Amino acid sequence: MKPIVIIGAGPAGIRAAQTLAAHGIYPVLLDEAARGGGQIYRRQPANFTRSSDKLYGFEAAKANAIHQTLEELRQQLDYRPDTLVWNAEAGQLDTLHEGRAARLDYASVIVATGATDRILPVPGWTLPGVYSLGAAQIALKFQGCAIGERVVFAGSGPLLYLVAYQYAKAGANVVAVLDSSPLSAQARALPGLLAQPATLAKGLYYRAWLTTHGIPVHQGASLTLIEGERRVQSLKWRSKTTERTLDCDAVAFAHGLRSETQLADLLGCEFAWSPLNRAWLPQRDSAGRSSSAGVYLAGDGAGIMGADAAEMAGERAALALLEDLGYRVDPQRCAQLEQSLERIGHFRQGLERAFVFPEDWASRATDDLMICRCEEVSVADIRQVVGEGHWEINRVKAHCRVGMGRCQGRMCGAAAAEIIARESGRAVRDIGRLRAQAPVKPVPFGLEVEP
Amino acid sequence: MIEVDAVIIGGGIVGASAALFLSKAGRRVALLERDFCGSHSSGVNYGGVRRQGRPLSQLPLSQRAHEIWGQLPQLIGIDGEYQRSGHLKLARSLDDLRALHDYAASSQGFGLDLQLLDRDELRRRFPWVGTVAVGASLCPDDGHANPRLVSPAFAQAARRHGAQVHEQCPVSQVTHDGQRFAVRTETAVEFRAPWLLNCAGAWASRFAAQFGEAVPMHAGHPAMLVTEPLPVVMDASTGVEGGGIYARQVARGNCVLGGGQGFALDDARARPGQSAVIEILRQAVELYPFLEGAQAIRTWSGTEGYLPDRQPVIGPSSTQPGLLHAFGFAGAGFQIGPAVGQALTEIICSGASSTPLDAFSITRFHSISVA
Amino acid sequence: MALLKRLAESDRPALKFMLDGEPASGLLGDTVLTAVLTCSEHVRGSDFSAEPRAGFCLMGACQDCWVRLGDGRRVRACSTMLEAGQQISREPGRQV
Repeated sequence: MKPIVIIGAGPAGIRAAQTLAAHGIYPVLLDEAARGGGQIYRRQPANFTRSSDKLYGFEAAKANAIHQTLEELRQQLDYRPDTLVWNAEAGQLDTLHEGRAARLDYASVIVATGATDRILPVPGWTLPGVYSLGAAQIALKFQGCAIGERVVFAGSGPLLYLVAYQYAKAGANVVAVLDSSPLSAQARALPGLLAQPATLAKGLYYRAWLTTHGIPVHQGASLTLIEGERRVQSLKWRSKTTERTLDCDAVAFAHGLRSETQLADLLGCEFAWSPLNRAWLPQRDSAGRSSSAGVYLAGDGAGIMGADAAEMAGERAALALLEDLGYRVDPQRCAQLEQSLERIGHFRQGLERAFVFPEDWASRATDDLMICRCEEVSVADIRQVVGEGHWEINRVKAHCRVGMGRCQGRMCGAAAAEIIARESGRAVRDIGRLRAQAPVKPVPFGLEVEP
Repeated sequence: MIEVDAVIIGGGIVGASAALFLSKAGRRVALLERDFCGSHSSGVNYGGVRRQGRPLSQLPLSQRAHEIWGQLPQLIGIDGEYQRSGHLKLARSLDDLRALHDYAASSQGFGLDLQLLDRDELRRRFPWVGTVAVGASLCPDDGHANPRLVSPAFAQAARRHGAQVHEQCPVSQVTHDGQRFAVRTETAVEFRAPWLLNCAGAWASRFAAQFGEAVPMHAGHPAMLVTEPLPVVMDASTGVEGGGIYARQVARGNCVLGGGQGFALDDARARPGQSAVIEILRQAVELYPFLEGAQAIRTWSGTEGYLPDRQPVIGPSSTQPGLLHAFGFAGAGFQIGPAVGQALTEIICSGASSTPLDAFSITRFHSISVA
Repeated sequence: MALLKRLAESDRPALKFMLDGEPASGLLGDTVLTAVLTCSEHVRGSDFSAEPRAGFCLMGACQDCWVRLGDGRRVRACSTMLEAGQQISREPGRQV
């Protein structure tokens, strides 16, 4: 009998595993990381000593619960950490574990692959000392490090304030927080954010705390240049009224998150444009069923909803899977989960209004700005190809190599789409989408193969 | 309704080069491509620009193409990363080496200038080749290019010379009224012309069948893989006698490797099969030891048209005057494509191709029933 | 010089390793990236302009932290734990 497989041991994957186990299923749980928890609840190495409160703040209870759940489930599932799923086809997954490739047949699969930061590059962003907001958080949470001595946080989104707060609380020197969203946007979004009062309260708390502790927070503030010889030494930012230079040695920035959809793509899921995420996402119904039979989607890997939603979506997708296999599931629980997810969906709409996507980013991008850091492709290179008449993103990729590097467009894809859209005069949704190509992450030559 | 001298179905390198040469000869051309020019086989193939290894019957056309490739920047305005690196066909056994010797002998006089290397010569001149190779045949002026740049550039060049190039323009219907072809597209435009060129690649049999010339074509999907940028080591593009993993290295350092088969996702798109990718990852190091420790970062495939004898169909229809066929290149159309475009232009402009095309006549399938 | 600054968890056993042939030291529980960037300012040179890079996403997505180990393997520094005696080489990249 082919197993039921879950890809990703973050909050979505762990709740899915728990739900399946509770119904007597023995699933396979694959995870790229060594320890479960995903990114938001990433565990520190086993020999670290900080408390959960120190690591996760207000989310400590949730993080503990997730970690404990996985621990308790160890006997009830086939848990395979340090395992990369690098390719997927209908009914089969290709894995890589300690240099050994193996094939795993599955009966049904829950894809819970999470997200990474969404990056709108700024000149100088490849300098040592520049990291994504998620990276800055991982440095602290996972390694007890700050990304530098004098750190500036920039971009927008709830993570901006959270990480800046975490850094300051941990004793780092936070030079400033530059939120590209105007205060007016956040004020207008407030009513929508009341759908999740606790989450809103935390966000406001982080923000207020920073100000109370003397850390400058600027709204409507955008990075224009990061400078330094071989590492960050200073940066320039602007707002409507001013342009300033800041001495610093590290910068963390991002504008929200982007879903890791490569495996869903390789599994043949239909994609649809999501205006809220400003991205192409694998379609899922309210229960997490994709367009492909036997493939379920849960968590941020199919649309950014946050950790709480990921837990619910993981459980709901597992229930859908069970239902589709003929198991009896609790319909009230299903309805409850879907209602909660819908409420969170409303909240996410509010967040998008509060942390506005900088629509003018592409028009402000200068020719010399590097978009694809793997292949070192600049805005000018992209503009030239579009000027020659190419506008479909895979076509543009073929001509100037944007997105052809090791990261396969994770870091540059969103930005490249914005540039192409602007240069070609088309909407971002009308320029096509980058197709996933195996391996979703680099795999080594000379690998061993499990017979 | 648009009147032209020639309608070309298919914007791959064959159709686009025909469009270019016809336009340069002063003919009015409409090139109809259902996706983007050069986006299928012509754009996703390995990138080998080679004569060595072709059936002897292809060598005159291939040699003619070689001369066209020598003028590539003048013709299409870009260098397309074309380099005459040499094509090194490796032998892994004495039998394979003997086969290379046989080919070198029988291809004498076609201009390939093949050099046969024994084990010591091979080791001395190409030390990066794995010791599993016992010898090789080198064609010094064969090479490779970037098909993603070259194939679309032929279409762009055709456009600059006055050809109408219609992309995202699938052909829905082709008829002939006794005088001209009428070609209707899904964008509701109709083109009329006395000449129709069927350069529709893996999808060409549909148009051939419409004129009573069904051919037994099947689709093939080669597995391709590319590495991260690596220190530049390979100074020739390789092939392997008897089949194996072939490789080339581009100036930026990535190695492109091919071998094995993929599968179709739909009528137009394909992916490498998992086994093929694993095989390349496992076997390539034996032939190319410098790949140890390197990473594969991407794989792809495409859709190629194969006829049972792995030879293309090139030349006039046997049933419909004014219809010319050029398809079924079995994954080896990239190098030879521009010469085929030129030959088709000669047929239209002067009545016949100066290079014989009899070996590629569609009539060779007339006695074969198509399922 | 260092890029990353240790704020906590400093009380861990030291692990000696080699960085580009020179002795260096990290702590048990460090990733290779942390170990390298707490005693230097880059982990690799870029492929086409040999510019210094020090990773970016720290979660295995950006692929900008690949280093070479003594046994010839290449690993993502952010996703690999430091081991005692490891020989870590930073690739200089290329100016193309």
